Amino acid sequence: MSAGRLPRWVDYVLIPFLNLAAAFLVSGLVVILIGENPLDAVRILIWGSLGYGEGIGFTLFYATNFIFTGLAVAVAFHAGLFNIGGEGQAYVGGLGVAFACLALDRYVPWYVTLPFAILGSAAMGAAWAFIPAWLQATRGSHVVITTIMFNFIASSLMVYLLNNMLKKAGSMQPETRTFEDGGRLPFLNDLFPSFGFGYAPVNLSLFVALAASVLVWLLIWRTKLGFEIRSFGANATAAVYAGISPVKTIVIAMLISGGLAGMMAINEIMGSQHRLLIDFVTGYGFVGIAVALMGRAHPVGIVLAAILFGMLYQGGAELSFEMPNITRDMIIVIQGLVILFAGALEHMFRPAIVRLLTPSRPLDAKEA
Amino acid sequence: MFETLILILDSTVRLSTPLLLACLAGLYSERSGIVDIGLEGKMLGAAFAAGAVAYITANAWIGLLAGIAVSVGLGLLHGFASITNRGNQIVSGVAINFLAAGLTALLGQTWFRQGGRTPPLPEGGRFREIVWPFAEEIREVPVIGPIYSELLSAHNILVYIAFLAVPITWWVLFRTRFGLRLRAVGENPAAVDTAGISVTWLRYRAVIACGILCGVAGSYLSIAQSSGFIREMTAGKGFIALAALIFAKWKPANAMFACLLFGFLDATAIRLQGQAIPGIGEIPVQFFQALPYILTVILLAGFIGKAIPPKAAGVPYLKERS
Repeated sequence: MSAGRLPRWVDYVLIPFLNLAAAFLVSGLVVILIGENPLDAVRILIWGSLGYGEGIGFTLFYATNFIFTGLAVAVAFHAGLFNIGGEGQAYVGGLGVAFACLALDRYVPWYVTLPFAILGSAAMGAAWAFIPAWLQATRGSHVVITTIMFNFIASSLMVYLLNNMLKKAGSMQPETRTFEDGGRLPFLNDLFPSFGFGYAPVNLSLFVALAASVLVWLLIWRTKLGFEIRSFGANATAAVYAGISPVKTIVIAMLISGGLAGMMAINEIMGSQHRLLIDFVTGYGFVGIAVALMGRAHPVGIVLAAILFGMLYQGGAELSFEMPNITRDMIIVIQGLVILFAGALEHMFRPAIVRLLTPSRPLDAKEA
Repeated sequence: MFETLILILDSTVRLSTPLLLACLAGLYSERSGIVDIGLEGKMLGAAFAAGAVAYITANAWIGLLAGIAVSVGLGLLHGFASITNRGNQIVSGVAINFLAAGLTALLGQTWFRQGGRTPPLPEGGRFREIVWPFAEEIREVPVIGPIYSELLSAHNILVYIAFLAVPITWWVLFRTRFGLRLRAVGENPAAVDTAGISVTWLRYRAVIACGILCGVAGSYLSIAQSSGFIREMTAGKGFIALAALIFAKWKPANAMFACLLFGFLDATAIRLQGQAIPGIGEIPVQFFQALPYILTVILLAGFIGKAIPPKAAGVPYLKERS
């Protein structure tokens, strides 16, 4: 879109705000359609997610997942790639966490296990992104399609592994044994009792996620590799002409992206569930797309967007208690609307704003 | 042995019907240059609308119309985002999948209070099997009997519509002026524009055609194959259809064979569940579930021929820079 140049604050603040407002407005209409009062719903949602310590704890717990998956989508975005395989990469990333925890939890404390869990999850997530990346880079198969396919393959693979290999002996449940203390990250409630997070599962991986955000910022805007990734994403032809290797850039960007998605499993598996189980990703990978879009693929924006989506998840859970008519599916609707307005329709308000903000040209003045 | 084969083929036909309809739907859209990963969402929306309306009116045809209407509506939303606003088509498709998954479950629970499912359909609300003439009489004839009375006869009308849609789609796309233009707009929209034909209107028509077929596909799930809508009813069928479309290299007849193949894999998996194959042993059911996706990836990698998408697929058309 080259239609008119706008001041930065319009591009980075006003337009995202308008898009978000439109999404919430339509969500309000859906609430009215169900026969509830949208203003009450908003009040319950905000109170449920920010009104008390435990609510905040849950909000931050969900936000941790979204930071990882949002960063994953964003890194690929910068290389001009659309990784919608975060779902599968996070799922397989769970294997890396589980292997580290199952191997070490009985012998060492959690802070020894954690680095192995981080490495394991990132390696497994990256490995799951590798084939789509390599096929895109060398054979031109579209990464969107292959990552979708790999989501489904991951789902079948994990069900098979959990049912046939990883299941603990004598159990019908398709899940591994529960980790001992060496495979459990401390809850923030135990570390900082004064915040009163209560039973919220928010744990140390929140700090891993924040560290990852800083590292992604450094990588994308302060390193040679990041420059190559951004150049390739902005104009692949020019980047190749400038001597940037397309195969290397695509594969590395996707490996980092898959690794970040895989690290989401640390929060769920080592931080909260303490065992590997089926379907622990439940859409967090896809929400990463919305988070990255809203956060404009910048780590600061992503952290803010992740907190917003964390609020939606936690507040939405609260909402379904208070207003039984509004089930948790409402969150999925709101996510869909945010993706629609902040992503697919992001240019909808732009022409009108350009018209509003561009001073009338001298030619128009003469005519008038 | 022969009987088993007929049974497997019979369920292959049933299982591949929704895939085929959705695959042909995607064919119209992608041939015009609009990538559609929202097939899944459109099918789900249509399945819900058809289930709900067929329950209320006790009329399968009105249910089908409702399913088509919802699917076309979602298709137009995709068109508005990706044609009019030149937004990212993948993002728009993802949004439609989310919207359909959320709204069907939410409205289903609000309206019917059965955990997101619609109540079982009343008499007349479901498309019934059509038994061909003399099906009962010649059932006992060897070979021809079972083929006629099991495989060809005794499906509901949407199955026949799906398979009829294959030659019709081929004819529309390759033998009509509309089809020529549709394919051209997916390869080189600027050339079509230069010829004085509206790219926007052509693509909107493609998106509507896609919506209609997706609507039939979704309705098939809730008011023909089963009696009523259940949550997440499509269960990834829209994505298998997308895989089949790539597998078929964006051609109608190939699409039918790809869908039959994927339907056959599904039918075989159901049949083989828990059974050991001599010499190989028991094949895990998850392997069959993943096979369509694995095959598509192998195809995409260029190891079974090469799948080349329409050239302008996924690229918004900008008539003039302003």
